[in-house]
Amino acid sequence: MLAFYRRLYPFKPIFHWLNHEPTPADLFVKREIAFNLPGEVIIRYNSFNDHDEFKKQVCKLNPTRFEIGPVYSSRPRDRKTARPGTFNPTQRELVFDIDMTDYDPVRTCCAAAAICKRCWAYIAAAVRVLDAAVREQFGYAHLLWVYSGRRGIHLWISDKEAMGLTDDQRRALVSWFTVVPKDEGKRVNVRFGARGLPASLQTALDHLAVVFTELVLYDQDCFASQAGYQALLKLIPDSRVVDALETKWTAAPSASHEKWDDFKKQIKTYKKGTPQRAALTAAMEDIILQYTYPRLDENVSKKRNHLLKAPFCVHPKTGRVCVPVDPARIDEFDPEAVPTVAQLLAELDAVAESAEHHSGLCSHAHGQVCAEGDRIVDWERTSLKPYVEMLERHNQGIMDEMRNEKRGAGKLDILFACGRLIVRRYVVVTLADVDISPCFLSLL
Amino acid sequence: MFKLEERSSAIEIKDKIQVELHRGANYPHRLNFYDKPPLYDVSIEEFETSALDRLRILAEIESSAARNRTWEETKTVTATQCEKYLPLKSSNAVGADRESQRRIDHLGHFVLRLAFCRSEELRRRFIKAETTLFKVRYETDDTTEREKFLSSRDFNWVAVDKSEKERHRQELSTYQGRADTFEADRYYKVRWTRVPDLVDKRKVFVKGGWAYVPSREQSSIVYQEFEAHLQRDLLVTARYMPRLDEDTRLGGILDNLSTGFLAGVSSEWSAAPADANAETIRADMVDDLAAKHFPMCMRNSHQRLRKDHHMKHFGRLQYGLFLKVLGLSIEEAIIFWRKSFDRINDDTFNKMYKYNIRHSYGLEGKRANYPAKNCQQILTSGGDPGCPYRHFSQENLQSALLSTYGPLGLSSSDLYEVMNTVKGGHFHVACTRVFEITHSSSGVKKGEGVGGGESVTHPNQYAARSMELLKAQEEKAMMVIT
Repeated sequence: MLAFYRRLYPFKPIFHWLNHEPTPADLFVKREIAFNLPGEVIIRYNSFNDHDEFKKQVCKLNPTRFEIGPVYSSRPRDRKTARPGTFNPTQRELVFDIDMTDYDPVRTCCAAAAICKRCWAYIAAAVRVLDAAVREQFGYAHLLWVYSGRRGIHLWISDKEAMGLTDDQRRALVSWFTVVPKDEGKRVNVRFGARGLPASLQTALDHLAVVFTELVLYDQDCFASQAGYQALLKLIPDSRVVDALETKWTAAPSASHEKWDDFKKQIKTYKKGTPQRAALTAAMEDIILQYTYPRLDENVSKKRNHLLKAPFCVHPKTGRVCVPVDPARIDEFDPEAVPTVAQLLAELDAVAESAEHHSGLCSHAHGQVCAEGDRIVDWERTSLKPYVEMLERHNQGIMDEMRNEKRGAGKLDILFACGRLIVRRYVVVTLADVDISPCFLSLL
Repeated sequence: MFKLEERSSAIEIKDKIQVELHRGANYPHRLNFYDKPPLYDVSIEEFETSALDRLRILAEIESSAARNRTWEETKTVTATQCEKYLPLKSSNAVGADRESQRRIDHLGHFVLRLAFCRSEELRRRFIKAETTLFKVRYETDDTTEREKFLSSRDFNWVAVDKSEKERHRQELSTYQGRADTFEADRYYKVRWTRVPDLVDKRKVFVKGGWAYVPSREQSSIVYQEFEAHLQRDLLVTARYMPRLDEDTRLGGILDNLSTGFLAGVSSEWSAAPADANAETIRADMVDDLAAKHFPMCMRNSHQRLRKDHHMKHFGRLQYGLFLKVLGLSIEEAIIFWRKSFDRINDDTFNKMYKYNIRHSYGLEGKRANYPAKNCQQILTSGGDPGCPYRHFSQENLQSALLSTYGPLGLSSSDLYEVMNTVKGGHFHVACTRVFEITHSSSGVKKGEGVGGGESVTHPNQYAARSMELLKAQEEKAMMVIT
């Protein structure tokens, strides 16, 4: 573990990601970092001046993992010196957590902590829907998806508005995205009266309908077993249809897609335009949502001061690194292909051996320098490289925006200063003389 | 912030001018966003009463929330309470002194700001209650007047123009509004962060972080604005509070107000009993009355007195004053205590206790007429004898409630609800609920409280109401017989 922190963990990119600019600012300095030590010990309220200090402390404590908290009104490590009541969270990335355990009722391949490529498809569907919805509906752009190391995925949103959301607003947002009721046996209820789906869900449904056919009907075959189709029957609001289907399905076993076709045929027994048909079509849409819509772990998102495991930490049970995931290629992502610590360290050793081979003639002193230089980019020589680069690209976007914003503010300053000069009336001539006006205009 | 009566003359003159300027069309609307602090002279008395009256209403709103009242119920209860303590008439009401009503409303709000800006907890509760009050008023406001009020402020919303509305026709119609009125419906665009409640219920169309709010839901923006505004101002006030500490006259009042929120504002329950209960109470009636009419705290005192044949000073004070206000005369009181303390001889009693009893009736020492302790005082007294709902352990309270009120109709199935409110820290709500349950035979329904939806704020209020109900019932029975 120590070697991993010392040589591989990308402290600098993480620092940039949290800080939004290259020089340490409040976003990092007043940020809480909590360390989890072996034996369920958690050291909370750590904060650091820069990434070097951060790294030093991590190497000293050698935690099993560490978690990232909010930005507080003053430095968390100095919180005892703050006046009572004045130490409060002020900013925090908007975070979401999707966990496979919430999908247990609808997956047939694994249960509880286990996960495979097949059930990952649920997560993939959720990521697609949530990613599109957050960007399209809420207009946020800086989304970082991170594999949680075992059976879930985290989303960190670093947009300025998202960082500043209050707990109430976060709660509202979570409830906007909560469609599948927590209480099993309850139906999805998202409509106002007899109206169609709200627009936000209609777009999601278009995508999820495809997923539903592939994943639920064919791959997972959710309605094959008796418990499976009983659950489906509970979601159908028409007792005549339920009875008809139940007698048919108990008589002879059939595959899920056949059952779904039966259901569709039953709907068609009602004439177009009748209220029964409308209700059943709506129920069909609701069932698709029930089986495939993202299921969020709400408590993570609701409160600013909730801690969440930092990216690139190692999951203690699986040994896998929590790597960023590209939402555009989420379907290809295989949780079992994510590098583990042991694997990464082995890769490093292999590289070091071959390097020794090549520079056998190097003087001892020279070798030292090489090692020093190498250490900085150690992760570049392992399979961690593409993931760190992904984070760096993501950071670039955040930092560009921050810079533009600052420059925008700077522009105003210059404008203001010029305005003042003009008011003073003695530089107007000078302005014309040195021909500043074009560049002044371009600044605008 | 507040210009009080006795300020140095220079400032006073300046303020006079300001005051002149401010009067006139000072409060054009019934609704108020409380942007400007009251910049006029206020007497200490006005300072306190305006705040107390307002606090009564806020406390009632809080307990409404704790008692799970529906919005309609809350609205009616709050409106009746407002009518009683803080009337605020609309601009076209005839014969009402609008200016002074609005002035008191304005003043009370700002005094309470001072009292509740101190801690996060108080601020949160204050904001919640104030916003509810604003909502009640907003909803009961006259439509044209509300329209006027809305146009008097800039709420920073962008009206959605025709072409944009047409573009999102499909999406918008899935949320609200009917197809036939779509053309006439107006929409306003605001950042979604300003209407979290609408987003929460998925009631608006959101795109790119902008929420398209239909004019019907416009009020959400207004409420949110009110809340955010108040939140910001309270923080500013909190920062200036230390300056106010110099004024010794206000500190006490403000402290008193902020504790008042804990137990609700207590009603002074001293004047009524003598004439209300024409028949006086005698010492030998107390046992019977206690079993039928006393709230838990006094039942507890009574039981302990009977069990121990003695009671310590503060217990005697609390219980004795309660009995006094209930209508026990001084002679009867001495008989009552003498009989209760039946293990000591006359001499000790006269020497050690008689003076004390006479003192509490205002017959010794400074001859003050002491009022009975109210819920707030009992709740904050520290537990000896205290309020059972607050100071008993939960198991203890459960068994005590069952054994005490079981004969009056409290069953263990009711306990769950009562204990839940106790756990939530709403002690007076729990007490009120017990009152409702034990008086259901006299026709008290859930949510009615001790008449008109009021909560218990004084043990004597509890007992008096209980006796009143029984009397009414007896009278009815008599009518039937004759």
